[in-house]
Amino acid sequence: MTNITAILKKEFKSYFNSPIAYIFITFFLGISAWLFFRGFFLVNQAEMRGFFGLMPWIFLFFIPAVTMKLWAEEKKLGTIEILMTLPIRDYEVVIGKFLASFALLVVTVLLSLVLPFSVMYLGNPDGGTLVSGYIGLLLMGGAYLAIGLFASTVTENQIVSFILGITACFVLLIIGEDIVLFNAPNWLFPIFSYLGLGAHYSSILRGVLDSRDIIYYLSLIGFFLYLSTLSVESRKWR
Amino acid sequence: MIEVRELTKSYGTTIAVDHVTFDAHAGEVLGFLGPNGAGKTTTMRILTCYLSADTGSATVAGYDVFEESVEVRKHIGYLPESAPLYADMGVIEYLNFMTQVRNIPKSQRKERIRAVIDTCGLEDVIQKDIGELSKGYRQRVGLAQSLIHDPPILILDEPTSGLDPSQIIEIRNLIKNIGQEKLVLFSTHILPEVSATCSRILIINNGKIVANGTPEELSSQAKGDEIVHITIRGAQETIESQLDALEFVSQWNRVGTDNGTVSYQINAAQGSDAAEALFRVVVENGWSLTELRQESIDLEDVFLNLTHKDQV
Repeated sequence: MTNITAILKKEFKSYFNSPIAYIFITFFLGISAWLFFRGFFLVNQAEMRGFFGLMPWIFLFFIPAVTMKLWAEEKKLGTIEILMTLPIRDYEVVIGKFLASFALLVVTVLLSLVLPFSVMYLGNPDGGTLVSGYIGLLLMGGAYLAIGLFASTVTENQIVSFILGITACFVLLIIGEDIVLFNAPNWLFPIFSYLGLGAHYSSILRGVLDSRDIIYYLSLIGFFLYLSTLSVESRKWR
Repeated sequence: MIEVRELTKSYGTTIAVDHVTFDAHAGEVLGFLGPNGAGKTTTMRILTCYLSADTGSATVAGYDVFEESVEVRKHIGYLPESAPLYADMGVIEYLNFMTQVRNIPKSQRKERIRAVIDTCGLEDVIQKDIGELSKGYRQRVGLAQSLIHDPPILILDEPTSGLDPSQIIEIRNLIKNIGQEKLVLFSTHILPEVSATCSRILIINNGKIVANGTPEELSSQAKGDEIVHITIRGAQETIESQLDALEFVSQWNRVGTDNGTVSYQINAAQGSDAAEALFRVVVENGWSLTELRQESIDLEDVFLNLTHKDQV
């Protein structure tokens, strides 16, 4: 546990030692606020469904940018050689790095609370859907992060890691969207609609915190962290 | 403390490490010598549990590198080649991170950081980010990192590459000091380095260990003639007839004549103290001596012999 915390702290600080965290936070807040307020006064309703609805697509581009360096940079610079010869288990490093990126996401999401507060100031939104919306946001964000982290373990090139991350997230997202579902063969329909990254999020957005949705995201996170650990360990396979 | 048995590792069809076997004990400075690409780094990576071998076994501090890798890593301080460090971290911040992941108790962290700053001479740069440091200082931070938990075994991959001569001497002295109680295993392709620092040398070539012994043992293994360069002012014919008459001279070559002086390269039997004997001959004949120089057979010859034999 102390190892995980040490890695977590180091990685989290390193986000703020470099411009990544600032750029990420600024652009994320800027774009989401702009997209949100653009439609907000047109619809003229004190709710954030529009904001939450955009998030799967905004995350698609932002999250892989957060995770792309986590392993790729270590490999490129060779720092992985010191890191992986410390008396730490591989999964501890994977979890520490994941939690660091998750912490950055939490900070960003907390900062975006400006939006619901202004909505509350302007009207009377449903508190329940706001809370569940934010929980859904974090769960879905966690899943994106885990996928991005995995993408980062397979290459030493950050750009490749970024594109792989986007592609993997996009595939998992799009298979659950109507555009694919309606064209998919019947037998694939339930599988795709279950696996889709966005579908569970939409059901959380409706204000229903179903354990199945939570389990879906947690197991997705667990699965990709496991894959990341395997991928990091693969240098030692014989 | 380190026992390596029949270690083999290949990348695809290239065999990087080929049935390597050796032992190393505390109080030894073991020099890993070999041309680039000989398998030094791969061997070190296996010992530090960064990579695993295809076959063979290795134990470090009594722990198997494959089965008990976390225990092994606790006992090792490792500095990889060219000291890869996090450029965006401060020196103190980095060392502090290392104390955390090395599980050094909170109460001792400051003390340990202070100790490695002193040993590695980092006092002047503690305020800086690692990215701002020169190559030499970076190397020292890397060394500090490997010493932070006071490990019984230190593995250094080319610790002196990229340093200036005075820094190299500092690092060598540091290695010697550490090696008095601990085991230091370091690699290099610079020859004077091993003879200056090591108590034992392993020469590795094409993944195989081709020599293993103290610097003296290896020099004496490379048997050959003593070679003396001499320049004498005197009559050429008399000198040459004298040289023919000398028993210990197995062969002589006139290298050049210049303004009444003659230069020769003389091969003499080993252990004949040819230089001294030649000096006496010169004195007895009343010639004057302008140059007398003995070529010593050093590690360089051993190294070249062992590593280039099959390539030439």
